[in-house]
Amino acid sequence: MSYAGFKTLFPKSDLIGFAVLAFILVVVLPLGVDIFRLNLIGKYLTYAFVAVGLVLCWGSGGILSLGQGVFFGVGGYAMAMFLKLEASSPENTAIQSTPGIPDFMDWNQITELPWFWQPFHSLTFTVLAIIIVPSIFAYIIGVAMFKRRVGGVYFAIITQAVAAIMTILVIGQQGYTGGVNGITDLRTLHGWDIRTDEAKYVFYFLCVFLLFVCLAVAQFVRKSKLGRLLVAMREMEDRVRFSGYDVSNFKIFVFCLGSAFAAIGGAMFTLQVGFMSPTLVGIVPSIEMVIFCAVGGRLSILGAVYGALVVNWAKTTLSESFPELWLFAMGALFIAVVMAFPNGLAGLYSKYCEPFIKKKYNSIRANRKGDVVAKGATHEQQ
Amino acid sequence: MANTINKHPAGSRSKLPGLVKSLMGAAAFASMALTAPASLAEVNTTDLAVTEDTVKVGILHSVTGTMAISETGSVQAEKLAIEQINAMGGVLGRKIEYVQEDGASDWPTFAEKSRKLLLNDKVAAVFGCWTSASRKAVLPVFEQYNGMLYYPTFYEGLEQSPNVIYTGQEATQQILAGIDWVVKEKKAKTFYLLGSDYIWPRTSNKIARKHIEKLGLKVVGEDYYPLGHTQFNSIINKFKLKKPDVIFASVVGGSNVAFYKQLKAAGIDMTKEKPLVLTISVTEDEILGIGGENIDGAYASMKYFQSLTNDNNQAFVKAFKERWGDDIVIGDVTQAAYLGPWLWKAAVEAAGSFDVDKVRAASPGIELTTAPEGYVKVHPNHHLWSKTRIGNAKTDGQYEIVYETPELIEPDPFPAGYQ
Repeated sequence: MSYAGFKTLFPKSDLIGFAVLAFILVVVLPLGVDIFRLNLIGKYLTYAFVAVGLVLCWGSGGILSLGQGVFFGVGGYAMAMFLKLEASSPENTAIQSTPGIPDFMDWNQITELPWFWQPFHSLTFTVLAIIIVPSIFAYIIGVAMFKRRVGGVYFAIITQAVAAIMTILVIGQQGYTGGVNGITDLRTLHGWDIRTDEAKYVFYFLCVFLLFVCLAVAQFVRKSKLGRLLVAMREMEDRVRFSGYDVSNFKIFVFCLGSAFAAIGGAMFTLQVGFMSPTLVGIVPSIEMVIFCAVGGRLSILGAVYGALVVNWAKTTLSESFPELWLFAMGALFIAVVMAFPNGLAGLYSKYCEPFIKKKYNSIRANRKGDVVAKGATHEQQ
Repeated sequence: MANTINKHPAGSRSKLPGLVKSLMGAAAFASMALTAPASLAEVNTTDLAVTEDTVKVGILHSVTGTMAISETGSVQAEKLAIEQINAMGGVLGRKIEYVQEDGASDWPTFAEKSRKLLLNDKVAAVFGCWTSASRKAVLPVFEQYNGMLYYPTFYEGLEQSPNVIYTGQEATQQILAGIDWVVKEKKAKTFYLLGSDYIWPRTSNKIARKHIEKLGLKVVGEDYYPLGHTQFNSIINKFKLKKPDVIFASVVGGSNVAFYKQLKAAGIDMTKEKPLVLTISVTEDEILGIGGENIDGAYASMKYFQSLTNDNNQAFVKAFKERWGDDIVIGDVTQAAYLGPWLWKAAVEAAGSFDVDKVRAASPGIELTTAPEGYVKVHPNHHLWSKTRIGNAKTDGQYEIVYETPELIEPDPFPAGYQ
């Protein structure tokens, strides 16, 4: 990419934001906290993938999905299936009636590995499936909804129904999915123990790296013509349609992209937490993910990352200190954020911090150059 | 605590006036301080949170979310046991301090909190978990960091971890005696199996079906409903159609309220025992929600009922009510949770150490003569030998005990011939 291209993609203020986040995630946190806390932060970051996807769909495109947990779950389950197959070698499962299949299948009187589990013996297939399966799934939902011009609240309700259906399906088909317990007791990845501290560090940095890849893609989409069209659609859909654009295709694309992000988050969740269960697929986690996005600021991709980190950190800390009261504290926190700062943390930043920083920055520059005219203070706000 | 009292000869001998008793208690404490508890280096070689006069343990249950209503009793029982142990001088001369964490009815949270308890708090043991899903979620954590979990719930078996002591019954302990009893006493010939749709009811019904068929009797139907299901009219119609002698029910949680109310509304009077309802999932705690008048006449197969009349249980019920309020009820799992800290204390004292490996090695054979359920003993497979009892539900929400197995039943988590 040319330098000019890079500059349009990452204007100075955005670049600083990315650099600060990278510094926090790559340097400050790994040096500042022990591996147990770092592993927890890694877990929070997996939710940030979903929140970034939601910023694109909801913040930019105005498509509120209350079913992102489904895609998070598909990614997580795909990864868990691969790891479970590796953990269920005939030697490890010699005690079962049918050795060589996952333990929960044995408990449910299944005597043969189902066909759709077979390809998950391959890591390559698994990695491809993590991205492609949810995208196809989102494409089907997207075509069914957006081509019929279903949008707004109706779309939100339907995605919520999809999340509910998915949970019932996973719990009901326990012989194939592990049911309520989920897929547990995952051990190795190609013979490499994923439960060691070393593995936790590796997964943390992999998670941070993938998050930045997703952030870069999201930034590219927002700065491109597509991103501006999304905003236009959000504000006045009919006018975009009258201008000759096929609105539904753009919506389908951004919805698929958001779901692929969520699925990558899900796969990283499985790797770092060590299991996957239907409690992460249903309505409650899906709405929680929207909350992360709302707290961070639904218009800012970086805000979404901070939102996921702050909310989950608060959840952990409050529940450790007040095991019986923490839910009330969380509730109060959400109400306070929504009432007082409708644009979330990012809104707070751009309202109070950014002007201040800009003023400082400009005055320093002015002093150095002897030039009082402040330039660049007018570029687009995030 | 006969098995442990011997180690503190001046401890609480019964029927002494309060003042003398407390003086003797103080004397016991002083003498213990003088004889000095075993030194730190001896009792803790694995860097657990043990000091000269305290030892840290964890309590990990859901106190928020859908499971809170079931798990609260376990938390109360564990705290009561810990307080009682501390009042007696603690374990190896050290007071127990507990760190309580909330699993929030969410399995990843259970895993996170168990990791925190073991890694950050370095607790010597954890008393916790309720659902199988939460136990499955924490199991790899306990095995990886070599922790010790005391798990109180009756469950499906098919598991035997070196890092868990199962203080509830595994499936065969609860089911076989119950079915034998209805076959012998009530001349039951046909059974209808009903459960919530997850691993415990499915495994339980699998064992029940095998056992029923071994006895040459018949299962006329088997159905499952999703967790939280509240419409049981169609299955009640099936009962009327197939006329089973026994409805064998393992419906859990809130679904029970709907099930028993609808059963009554459909005109099935359980006190007439046609059909007879035998449940393995309704304890006194659940009856609080169902209402005694709605379940009057049903039978339950458990190891513990609050109405047990032995001295241990009367003391336990009294202490429990004094600590947590008069209107509280105590169910099977609550009692099993109460055993956890006592079994751990006994194992630690037998091992002379808090080290998990030594406690594990000392655990098989540990017996508790003071258990509210009577007498229990730890089997080498980490489950408890215990008796099974049949209770008949009454309108006041309590069970009247109609049968008790004469012998302790051996735990068998991998029952041959029932898989």
